[in-house]
Amino acid sequence: MIAFRPTPSGSDALLEVRGLGCYFLGRPLWRGLDLTLHAGERLAINAPSGTGKTVLLRMLAGLINASEGEIYFENRLLQDWSMPAYRAQVMLLAQQPALPLGRVEAILAAAFAYRTHRHRTFCKNQVLEYLQPLGRNEDFLAQHTDYLSGGEAQLIALIRCLLLEPRVLLLDEPTASLDSASTGQIEKLLDAWLRANPGRAWIWTSHDHSQRGRIADRVIELSGAA
Amino acid sequence: MKASYLAISNWQLGLAALLIVINLGLSLWLRLGLTKTLVIAGLRMVTQLLLLGFILEYIFALNTPLPILAIGIVMAGFAGIAAVRRTRRRFIGIYWNGLLAVFASSFVVTGVALGGIIQVHPWYEAQYSIPLLGMVLGNTLTGISLALDRFMDGVIGERERIEATLSLGATRWEAAHDLVRDSLRTGMIPIINSMMVMGIVSLPGMMTGQLLAGVAPASAVRYQIVIVFMIAAAVALGALGMILLAYRQLFNSRHQLRNERLHEPLTLGDLIHRRVGSRGRK
Repeated sequence: MIAFRPTPSGSDALLEVRGLGCYFLGRPLWRGLDLTLHAGERLAINAPSGTGKTVLLRMLAGLINASEGEIYFENRLLQDWSMPAYRAQVMLLAQQPALPLGRVEAILAAAFAYRTHRHRTFCKNQVLEYLQPLGRNEDFLAQHTDYLSGGEAQLIALIRCLLLEPRVLLLDEPTASLDSASTGQIEKLLDAWLRANPGRAWIWTSHDHSQRGRIADRVIELSGAA
Repeated sequence: MKASYLAISNWQLGLAALLIVINLGLSLWLRLGLTKTLVIAGLRMVTQLLLLGFILEYIFALNTPLPILAIGIVMAGFAGIAAVRRTRRRFIGIYWNGLLAVFASSFVVTGVALGGIIQVHPWYEAQYSIPLLGMVLGNTLTGISLALDRFMDGVIGERERIEATLSLGATRWEAAHDLVRDSLRTGMIPIINSMMVMGIVSLPGMMTGQLLAGVAPASAVRYQIVIVFMIAAAVALGALGMILLAYRQLFNSRHQLRNERLHEPLTLGDLIHRRVGSRGRK
């Protein structure tokens, strides 16, 4: 059911999935999914819509429980992780940014108050470093989230994740509803993030064939079981 | 006891009932479709109150704690169910949670007021306990249902925002915090608003009753002040309790949002259909 290029599973795997299954209304959408994600890897997932790509990423983020199968992060079963600590490392960016109302800077700083992130401090300069190559400056931080375009909101949602320095990013079609300029900015930002530290990796779901060429070293096809 | 008020006879009640002709007339004229509902509501109100009058006369005469406690439990039970029924969504155990929130908040606050503030002897004295509990229940029920409705709406409507927060590593409490705060505020706004205008725009019902019964305005006002503070405390406690109970149902210990546990209220038809359906599958 699942066609992919097998990777030897080793202890250096960042994220490992064995025999994962997804059911909808009692019928399997896909079953027996194995995958291994190593540090530095850029993995893309391609699947027709309605085959549970988002569900897979939500399972990997621990937002829903897998119907069957196991997920390991750093060789430790997902169930043995404290969820906030796990999600601080394996972070999901949804297709829709869904930012709370407020000023951009306050929203970016808010996550630093969460218990898992208390050892970190919010650094405005780091945000500006992310924004500069995209031609944005400090004024952007003073804006209210109400007035952001879809592309800008997604950019802020992404920077919010990056500031917390996860090891794995789960990207659920992050650019599907964006224009090409915004898509380019998101790809550029993510590329720089991945290069900055060899311990990082991502799983990126994308419909767009040419995008998969740009953002992935390896592509998994998730095909329907029916 | 010397009555310092005018008693209302049966034919006077009948005259008052004629006032509903205004509502009926309007309903027929403007085709509001409320005629039947109005008649049922009117009949229910009259029957329930007359029945209550009889029961209370009986209990006042007995004045022993058990029947008073029993009627208090029945009143709180109805309030707990009504608080849940006014909301638009359900989860498993919602009625038990509603009952728990209503019981705990109203009994604690009424108990403190009877024993500690007004210092009624004996503490269960029906003349005090039942009206006070009734006032507290009527308001707690509104507060609880508003807060609960807001909370469940938020769990559905703000799912993406909540899950985005969870995805960043927030605990369930950190992710739910804003919604809990909003829901509590929603539950408490009516009593705060009514405190603002009390005595200026509105003459509170209990005070009106005391005035009609011949109590001096200055002391009727004192009772009203006590009761409003009681209501405010009970609303806060009840709404908070209800939201925390709902929170435990809708956010699990794995810090997941379980909004699929929410559903629309089932009608009798749904229930029958469900039973037949499950039998058919076997």
